[in-house]
Amino acid sequence: MESIHSILIALVLKRGELQDMIENTKCECGHNNPVGTILCECCGKPLDEALINKETIEKEMRYEGKARRSQAFQSALFDRVWNFFSSVKVAIILIIITLIAAAVGTIFPQEKFISGDPATYYSEQYGIYGELFYKLGLSDMYSSWWFFLLLAMIGISLVVCSLDRVIPLYKALQNQQVIKSPDFISKQRISHREEIDAAEKEAKLNGLADSLAKKLYHVRRDGDAILAEKGRISRWGPYINHIGLIIFLFGVVLRYIPGWYLDEFIWIREGEIKKVPETEYYVKNERAFAELYDQKEIPKGLNVEGPVVKKYQTDAVLYEKDPKTGELKPVHKQSILVNHPLEYKGLSLFQSNFEPGQLDSITLKVTEKKTQKQAGTFTVKLYDLNPNQVYQVGGNLEVRVLEYYPDFALENNRPVTKSQEPNKPAFIFEVREKGESQGERSWVIAGQNLDSLTKENQYAIDLAGINVVNESGLMVRKDRSLPVIFFGGIISMIGLVMGFYWQHRRVWARWKDGMLYIGAHTNKNWFSLRRELQQAARRADIALTLVKD
Amino acid sequence: MVQLMENLLYATFILYLLSSVTFVMGISGNKEKKDEARVRRWGNIGVGIAITGAVFQVLFIITRMLIGGHFPTSNMFEFTAFLCFTIVIGFIVIFFIYRSVVLGAFVMPLAVILLAYASVFPRDVQPLIPALQSHWLYIHVTTAALGQGAFAVGFAAGLMYLIGRVGKEKKGKTGFWNAFWLETTLVVVLMFVGFSLINFTFGALGYEAKFSHQVDGQPNVQEYQLPPIAGPHEGKVIHMDPFLGLTQPLFEAPAWMKGQQAAGKLNSVIWSVMTGLILYGLIRLIARKSLTDILYPLVKNLNPELLDEVSYRAIAIGFPIFTLGALIFAMIWAHEAWGRFWGWDPKETWAFITWLFYSAYLHLRLSRGWHGLKSAWLAVGGFVIIMINLIVINLVISGLHSYA
Ligand code: HEM
Repeated sequence: MESIHSILIALVLKRGELQDMIENTKCECGHNNPVGTILCECCGKPLDEALINKETIEKEMRYEGKARRSQAFQSALFDRVWNFFSSVKVAIILIIITLIAAAVGTIFPQEKFISGDPATYYSEQYGIYGELFYKLGLSDMYSSWWFFLLLAMIGISLVVCSLDRVIPLYKALQNQQVIKSPDFISKQRISHREEIDAAEKEAKLNGLADSLAKKLYHVRRDGDAILAEKGRISRWGPYINHIGLIIFLFGVVLRYIPGWYLDEFIWIREGEIKKVPETEYYVKNERAFAELYDQKEIPKGLNVEGPVVKKYQTDAVLYEKDPKTGELKPVHKQSILVNHPLEYKGLSLFQSNFEPGQLDSITLKVTEKKTQKQAGTFTVKLYDLNPNQVYQVGGNLEVRVLEYYPDFALENNRPVTKSQEPNKPAFIFEVREKGESQGERSWVIAGQNLDSLTKENQYAIDLAGINVVNESGLMVRKDRSLPVIFFGGIISMIGLVMGFYWQHRRVWARWKDGMLYIGAHTNKNWFSLRRELQQAARRADIALTLVKD
Repeated sequence: MVQLMENLLYATFILYLLSSVTFVMGISGNKEKKDEARVRRWGNIGVGIAITGAVFQVLFIITRMLIGGHFPTSNMFEFTAFLCFTIVIGFIVIFFIYRSVVLGAFVMPLAVILLAYASVFPRDVQPLIPALQSHWLYIHVTTAALGQGAFAVGFAAGLMYLIGRVGKEKKGKTGFWNAFWLETTLVVVLMFVGFSLINFTFGALGYEAKFSHQVDGQPNVQEYQLPPIAGPHEGKVIHMDPFLGLTQPLFEAPAWMKGQQAAGKLNSVIWSVMTGLILYGLIRLIARKSLTDILYPLVKNLNPELLDEVSYRAIAIGFPIFTLGALIFAMIWAHEAWGRFWGWDPKETWAFITWLFYSAYLHLRLSRGWHGLKSAWLAVGGFVIIMINLIVINLVISGLHSYA
């Protein structure tokens, strides 16, 4: 209990407060600093022994010399985990591992892009390396647990490192003092000092303040000191970006909740009604077609061979099933085009495949053999054929379907069907004259002439025509976490823009005992700051040479 | 109209070339006496020409749009040419921030080389297949390319930094390896030049060879515009203009190179490498210096800190744009076209890798203090990844994005 309690305090309490309860470090200027503080919170004087002799305090400036949780606690298991994930070094290593893994996964195509059985495909296509690729689980890498784990660890790292830094940074930037110790100023990466008489100092300080203000700095003055600052929002950029990334990753995780994410595929022929998988909806394909570019539409000078498809379209109707009556009632009607999916209450149907001219039904004609007189025709729907379907043919014939093999084959001399697709339809019909109790049996197999088999028959059944329709492949998608994911993306972008298109620049100036100290800091682009500061100083008659023009 | 379009392209090319020459002359004419004003004047002329070139390229894009009815970024030629445009834009922006004249002497030739490279690919305007008919596609591709253009400027500045460093400190072990890899990088750039040169040469000569071979059991015909050093696996010559007495390919591509054009691509790579090496040999013979030493005088007076910052700044400007274009807009488009915002196809994956790489760069720089040499090498590495994405992934490991 005790330890959980202290962890909670450590998490919830702002860093300083917890530490104040334990021990403080007092600076010369009289300020009490929390343990772990490197630069005095008030005057900026280096507190750490090791720093006092250093030329520059550049490194410590990143978090303004503030104590961070990861530096203050290092013993308990929780702290170790915390420190692990708060380390940018670890973050970089995670990023690089992810990067390399992602690259390795593209050496051969992933399983979802291949056709065929992965177990044999890789070794057949790519030999020993292909087999290795498959055996190591790289062939379906991006949905593997370990790839997910890598992303999850980056996510945790993002959360922890942001929490570890943003609060101390926020406090430090909120409570900046104008008067900094000369030590702090001259240990900045950009620093300058110059002897100035007391009589001159006012003019110089004012001049510097004015010219910095002209460069859009926000200038504060306190006694003989100046603090000029601009672009502070740049410091929040990375954190806002990271928060965006966290939201994004969170959105991705949300998709694992059942019902939040749907990824299915259906083939549907013209005229067909099919259930949309995993939903209560049904969809009908009223018409499907491909349109080619008209020769006139292809501008002169274009070098094309053969026809080019302009669009694929499926006119679809979405139905909902009434739970009581079981009746389908239409709820939405739309043409689906590539890039223009059908959208209804979060469900999307995408035009994804198109197969023209799929066999849908065949028309058969019945002939009386002796007289060669045609008795009539009938049409068999290959996809929905009722058992014992009876067709009325001509005036006095009835044809009954006894057996139907959509994909006919002979196995051990017995007729079987290899699939439910009508690739090679075969039938056994019974042809019966009206009023008779007994009919004759007749075999019909696509593409085969069976006349010799049924010599005694009175009637022959032959193919009179086939009817084809177009078939559309529709992707069925639902993604309820999409708003979260895109929200994360937008936040992340805002953070990036803040972080990169602004820079946090500060200039400290202080006159003390006949000496003018000037120091400057930026979170990036030092060269530009040098140039800017040099121009500003020159206007204030301070001979500051930082770069050659 | 088509003629106008072609002329606009030539004009763009000539202007970029002129701009490069101006920048190089501006600095190299200034060896002994340091005449800052003169350099600045030449720099202004150079950037003026570059801007004019960019305007011509805009006109070229507009004409092509009028002809083809869509924004021209949908095949290898169009995309690579557009990438040149974004590199020039990136350069112009950075130029006006830092006024670095020498940068122009590196970036503009890079744009010239890439534009020549692009022009080798088929330049016909093609009608758009349905999957590509979406506004988001253009928004996505153009934004991503803008980011990559900025990265390319970062690459050029990184190279300049490296040339300066290596030129200064050649001794010692690190000096040796840095020099070696830098020279290698420059030779690879020469190979791009070689690729364009050799293709234009044989194109002008009207060289042709044709082979029949099998792809997955289907007969296939491959046409070569370069003399076949490597022919298709088990291919038969249908027709082959003799080349230096050669009437047969020297060898066959290995069996695992299966694609319809795979052997021809291998052949182009061999030619590019050879031409690049020959060019390199000639340069060394004539100048009796390494490429690094030839270029060193251009950068030796520059402040390394400035180059380091220019390289970083370009990448920092490019990163948000690239994120927006190559990831966010790409997701929106993929969602519209395929109903999933991310599918791990090779092209997407490599955009993700590029992004991760540059984010590692930024973290290393910000938090681990990787400035200067390391940072410059990372800038080079990032551009290599972009080129891998453009060339290897497009032409070899083709995914959904694979342009005709
Ligand atoms: C693995 C988890 C990550 C951790 C622990 C992490 C940590 C950090 C830290 C500590 C900073 C510096 C903040 C500062 O000093 O003010 C930073 C900056 C940044 N991070 Fe991350 N980060 C992570 C992942 C990412 C990822 C995946 C990206 C991808 C875009 C990213 C993009 C950035 C950017 C753009 C900056 C600003 C760099 C600059 O200003 O130059 N971070 N990150």
